[in-house]
Amino acid sequence: MDWLTAWPWSPYAAGMGIGVLSWLTLYISGHPIGCSTSFARTAGMIEKLFRGRKVETKPFYREIPPVVDWQWMLVAGMVFGAFLSAQLSGDFRWQWIPTRWEAAFGDDRLTRIGVSVAGGILLGFGSRWAGGCTSGHGISGTMQLALSSWVSACCFFIGGIVTALLIFGSAA
Amino acid sequence: MDRKYQLVQGLLFGILFGFLLQKGGATRYDVIIGQLLLDDFTVVKIMLSAVLTGMIGVHCMKRLGWVKLNPKSGSWSQNVLGGLVFGAGFALLGYCPGTIAGAIGNGFLDALAGGLTGILLGSGIFAALYPRLKDGILKWGYYGDVTLPRLLKVGDWTVIVPLSVLLGLMLLLLERAGI
Repeated sequence: MDWLTAWPWSPYAAGMGIGVLSWLTLYISGHPIGCSTSFARTAGMIEKLFRGRKVETKPFYREIPPVVDWQWMLVAGMVFGAFLSAQLSGDFRWQWIPTRWEAAFGDDRLTRIGVSVAGGILLGFGSRWAGGCTSGHGISGTMQLALSSWVSACCFFIGGIVTALLIFGSAA
Repeated sequence: MDRKYQLVQGLLFGILFGFLLQKGGATRYDVIIGQLLLDDFTVVKIMLSAVLTGMIGVHCMKRLGWVKLNPKSGSWSQNVLGGLVFGAGFALLGYCPGTIAGAIGNGFLDALAGGLTGILLGSGIFAALYPRLKDGILKWGYYGDVTLPRLLKVGDWTVIVPLSVLLGLMLLLLERAGI
């Protein structure tokens, strides 16, 4: 059972595992793997805490109701699955600043959190704008050969590579 | 299908997905930013092998009539502009909406305190602006749920076979290049 504690796995093994998982989710649950919509539902649930049920009548939440569904549980399960794997691999630890961030930009927590919030806002906004994320478009959509997903996946990486080179270039 | 049963299935599949992402190394900022800085191709290797495996399997199941595929509809303005905004956020944060769930499970607190807050805010802002966007800019260059085979007016496997070879070759070249 060494493979359970081994880390990292070959990226091909992890990737093929995700590929097989995508057969199973489609066959058993009838859903392709996706993640980002759950964050939009959660945003609606939080808004509901403050503004009550009238949030449900907003045009966006009429299409994407703020409720727990299959995909929401998938994302919740991912937190636990990654925790389990990290524990088994001896790789779990609380860490505020990622190593490569610290090497380029220093160990100030507030800076890292501020940039993370800004990045998260663009990510949340962009995934709703594009209609999916690296999972829903990048993996599930491309394998279904959807034009929307191939265009999105290419643009995720074009935008990501240009931005990463700009911010890390500015640190050098 | 019974809703409770669906939710349990989602949870179990999520545990497996998070497990695989962590084992592959994709729940770490360092690995994801390494991909965007083009010095560590782990993320692309995981994605391409998942797409390759998944594509062949789901289209076999479609052919056998076991599943119905559900390609997302889109438009040039949605997928190009939204994709680029997403990409900028992807690089600033260093996680995406899926890997951030894994990163939180892995113990990364920048993901939990910063990234999660941001994604929820960004999604909420979009929901607020949605009525003004949906019949305007989001519809520019609308192409719906068209797939590559339908666009090229060929059968599914006429696209899948050469695409599989191409993705396989890309992986081989990455391996050869040692990145």
